[in-house]
Amino acid sequence: MSLAVGDRAPDFELRDTGGDSHALPAPREAPATVLVWTCNHCPYALAWHERIQAVARDFSEHGVVFLQVNSNDAGRYPVDSPDAMRARVQAGEFASPYLHDETQAVARAYGALKTPDVFVFDADLRLAYRGAPDADYEDEALGAAWLRGALDAVLAGRSPDPAETDPVGCGVKWRE
Amino acid sequence: MDAPRIEFFWWAECPSWERALALLRDRLAAAGLDPESVVITEITTDEQAADLGFPGSPTIRVNGADVQEPLEDATGLSCRIYRTRDGRVSPLPDVADIDQALAP
Repeated sequence: MSLAVGDRAPDFELRDTGGDSHALPAPREAPATVLVWTCNHCPYALAWHERIQAVARDFSEHGVVFLQVNSNDAGRYPVDSPDAMRARVQAGEFASPYLHDETQAVARAYGALKTPDVFVFDADLRLAYRGAPDADYEDEALGAAWLRGALDAVLAGRSPDPAETDPVGCGVKWRE
Repeated sequence: MDAPRIEFFWWAECPSWERALALLRDRLAAAGLDPESVVITEITTDEQAADLGFPGSPTIRVNGADVQEPLEDATGLSCRIYRTRDGRVSPLPDVADIDQALAP
């Protein structure tokens, strides 16, 4: 079951491609926290990738915590293996930590469905926006407008509009 | 001259298939071909994907030839990655590749 707007972010601890551990910030520690489910093999995730990285870079100066998570079953999709994730990070393709959710427990706790699937939390770690980065994976000019708008709203103390959109992309590849 | 055989293969978990089919039919009409002549096949199992050499959804073939060579040799239930002519990654083939494949 997916989180609903207003739900608190489930706690987790995941390692990035360099072996460092990451968890949610404490409440009020960061003005906003973003989790993006993504992966290496999905054309939708790849089509939106640069737009998402631009948001991560632009909002880092505001203290926003930005984490990207790959929960796909690397046994079925080897291109989503930790080594392949590390190679992309080392190639400079990620503007924030890229976390491996090997057990898929975090994806299940959040109800992540697609790649990409965007979750924006406010300073109290309450879900403020969930869905797609913007309205069209084919239109780079949209610039992840829904994600940017959600962060602008949260940083200004407002509720995002829209607060929910349908995530569009490849389904998370669950273990069989 | 016989009309080309146009085949469209799709997997339901990749949402671009409807857009791709509409795009294909649009380009068929633009080329003076029957948009309803497309032979549509839904791929539902890895075995079917292997049998048909399905590299991912959507896949379009004209007289058996893919409108863009697959980036990988693998077959299976997955969403296909295309490279557009301007270098972007897309879940859809480039319009120019479709037009080129349909050209007499």
